[in-house]
Amino acid sequence: MLWKDAMLLASARKLRSFGIIGMNQRNFGLISRYNPRHLYPLVDDKLKTKLLAQKAGITVPKLLGTVEYQHDVKLLKEILHPHAQFVIKPVKGSGGKGILVINQHDHNHYFKPSGDAIQLVDIERHVSNILSGLHSLGGKPDNVMIESLIQLDPIFSDYSYEGIPDLRIIVLCGYPIMAMLRLTTHASDGKANLHQGAVGVGIDMGTGHALHAVQHGKPVLHHPDTRKTFSELVIPHWDKLLQLAAACYEMTGLGYLGADIVLDRDQGPMIIELNARPGLSIQVANAAGLAPRVAIIEALKAIDPDPQSRAAFSKQQFATNTGAHPPPLLYTRSDDPKP
Amino acid sequence: MSPKLRLYILVFLIMGLGIGLILYKHFALGFPLSPDDKKSVWTIEAKIDFIARGDPVIVSFALPPQTPNVVFMEEDFASPGYGFSELTSPAGRRAQWSKRTASGPQTTYYRLSMYETDQFIQPPIAADLPAEPEKPEFDGVLKTAAITLLDQVRSKSANTEIFTRELIRTLNSNTPDQNQRLLLNDQSSEDYKTHLIINLLASEGISAHIVRGLYLNEGRKRLSLANFVEVYIGGRWLLFNQNTGESGKPKNFLVWQRGDQSLLDVIGGKNSKTSFSIIKSTQSTRNLAVRDSISKQAGLIDFSIYSLPIEQQNAFKMILLLPIGALIVVIMRLLIGIRTSGTFMPILIALALIQTTLLTGIIIFLTVVGTGLLIRSYLSRLNLLFVARISAVIIVVIAIMASISIISNKLGIDQAMTVTFFPMIILSWTIERMSVLWEEDGPREVFIQGGGSLLTAVIAYLFMTNRTIEYLTFNFPELMLVNLALILILGQYTGYRLSELYRFHALERRDVTGKR
Repeated sequence: MLWKDAMLLASARKLRSFGIIGMNQRNFGLISRYNPRHLYPLVDDKLKTKLLAQKAGITVPKLLGTVEYQHDVKLLKEILHPHAQFVIKPVKGSGGKGILVINQHDHNHYFKPSGDAIQLVDIERHVSNILSGLHSLGGKPDNVMIESLIQLDPIFSDYSYEGIPDLRIIVLCGYPIMAMLRLTTHASDGKANLHQGAVGVGIDMGTGHALHAVQHGKPVLHHPDTRKTFSELVIPHWDKLLQLAAACYEMTGLGYLGADIVLDRDQGPMIIELNARPGLSIQVANAAGLAPRVAIIEALKAIDPDPQSRAAFSKQQFATNTGAHPPPLLYTRSDDPKP
Repeated sequence: MSPKLRLYILVFLIMGLGIGLILYKHFALGFPLSPDDKKSVWTIEAKIDFIARGDPVIVSFALPPQTPNVVFMEEDFASPGYGFSELTSPAGRRAQWSKRTASGPQTTYYRLSMYETDQFIQPPIAADLPAEPEKPEFDGVLKTAAITLLDQVRSKSANTEIFTRELIRTLNSNTPDQNQRLLLNDQSSEDYKTHLIINLLASEGISAHIVRGLYLNEGRKRLSLANFVEVYIGGRWLLFNQNTGESGKPKNFLVWQRGDQSLLDVIGGKNSKTSFSIIKSTQSTRNLAVRDSISKQAGLIDFSIYSLPIEQQNAFKMILLLPIGALIVVIMRLLIGIRTSGTFMPILIALALIQTTLLTGIIIFLTVVGTGLLIRSYLSRLNLLFVARISAVIIVVIAIMASISIISNKLGIDQAMTVTFFPMIILSWTIERMSVLWEEDGPREVFIQGGGSLLTAVIAYLFMTNRTIEYLTFNFPELMLVNLALILILGQYTGYRLSELYRFHALERRDVTGKR
């Protein structure tokens, strides 16, 4: 086995046998098959998503204001002034780009979660950048939205560093099929972005228990900053979260989507973003492939019109059967004792 | 019909068409598949000397027939003061020079440039049966000798071909017996021998005629034509070397004249003689094929890039390389999974690298982008609007390029002057993207994407500067169809990218230990 450990490449045959889906297959077999192009604007434009969600009765972060034109940037101070905390987002941004979080401010200094202070001109420049399309897909001119800041649910306070963790649930034809919790770290600069070093935690679809955790593609047992073990992590309101994700199918019509959900201390679960091109890291975090689950959904004769029963189906179907065995998380490292 | 099947049929058709056209050009039009393919071009000069008697002069000279396996590039009939016409008759082409009056030594020239094609062509089936040969009359002694010889040869042979070969061999044997000596006589000139063979064959009822031709040897002067015997066997005319009995046309041999007509007739002159000299030159097969196809007006070539002015042809040389670059990008992104900044930016960098050469190009690229990033980080502090900022970056890039040119010129480094070949707008966009990437995703991502772009560009460059690929893309634009078909197939690839095998490798190991 020595040479195998030294080798940094997995065998394609093995990955296929685990049901791991690659980028090409995702683009070809999931996105282009299930997501009609004309529905993209519904999720690429976060304002539209927000309106849709509100219409469907789903909680979303409160909209504090928008900036559409460059000359409105002057008004920014007035919009921001009444709010102690806020998030500035590009309406058509992707992959968490261009999101600016302000925790608190005095009359001239605005503080990021990391404690860095910036000035109003910096915020104004950021807004101008967004307006000119720096962060939008294809560089098209964009709008700016300002949202209320989500309050960290105490349940996650041990598991996040300078940011709000979010839950990504992949929904295929209305059925949630896989979930991952993204925890902010110091390395990720408070952003829940795996590329930047956030921790991805695979979640058991049946219970909301943590299964595995990875950072930078490598298994971890503790949160790198808070040193808290993941094996005790359980996501509350699990049924509600699954139903919320399942309902996004009716909302958008997209057959393959990633719903990003956060837990707010005061308002409970809310949808912050939907993604028509969700990434594949979720498979690494779950140590499981999407393909078998996709196959189960594709084998269904009809899609249940009720999101609640779909969520129940997924919960029962995709539950990790830990049973009498200890959770596999205990054996994730090569230097761990083998059972 | 499922979309997949439709795509495969389309791919199959495109690929088939592309490969078919390439094969047609290679085999039918003689385009070589390698740029180094060379051919010998022979320039043959026939010099005709005679002494005119002051009367009207007509010189009639047999010209070589055009056959499928030789290509005549140029024929020249230079003879000052002479009228010239070319006559074609069933017996072959003849050149005719004429002059009202001439006296003293006269010379006319016939010059031919030709090359042999590689095509193997079976001698065509003779159009009509030759007339039954007239049985020759041999005188007394000769008759007996001929009959004895023929009997002797006949007893050793099974068919006409072997019979002919045996006959020639016996006549040429080193230890001739009495009969052979008698037949060959003392005056055994080449012409006599040829006619003897033809007569002997005729008395066996075999049709044969004389063929005169020229061995193509480099730098030979004052050559004369060699005699061959062509024998009618099984519907075809087969050539025999009258000194060795070998059959078939030898390599580097040009058939000049068939049949008994004279090679040269001079009316109004005497002491006429013909001498041949040969010069060999080597030319690229591709040039010859283009030239030949244009003169033959082959449709495929007539409506091709070759019909454009040279300047445009050179532009197309570059443009036709782009699909190769595109293919490399598709492979790198879909199969290898390398991330690049901007989908086709690597191709544009590769094009610039072609102009600047590899090492210089990379150094220049890194210098410009590096300096650009520094200045851009200052611009971001100036609080500019996006469009203004990217425009500012363009100007900065131009300034950097100008300073690189000037400084390198002062330092005497000429290579760095090629900096102008880099597309400025692309460089500016690269700088802008990289700098945003740096701010948002950190330097690591900048190096991954920048390195990926550069690596893809270098690989594309290596392919695009490969002599054979450059040659093939320009001379076989049909390759684009093959390329297109390949890209269509790659567009169907849903397997793992190489980078994903790395991305998911931890998964594999975990699963193995987890199962145990």
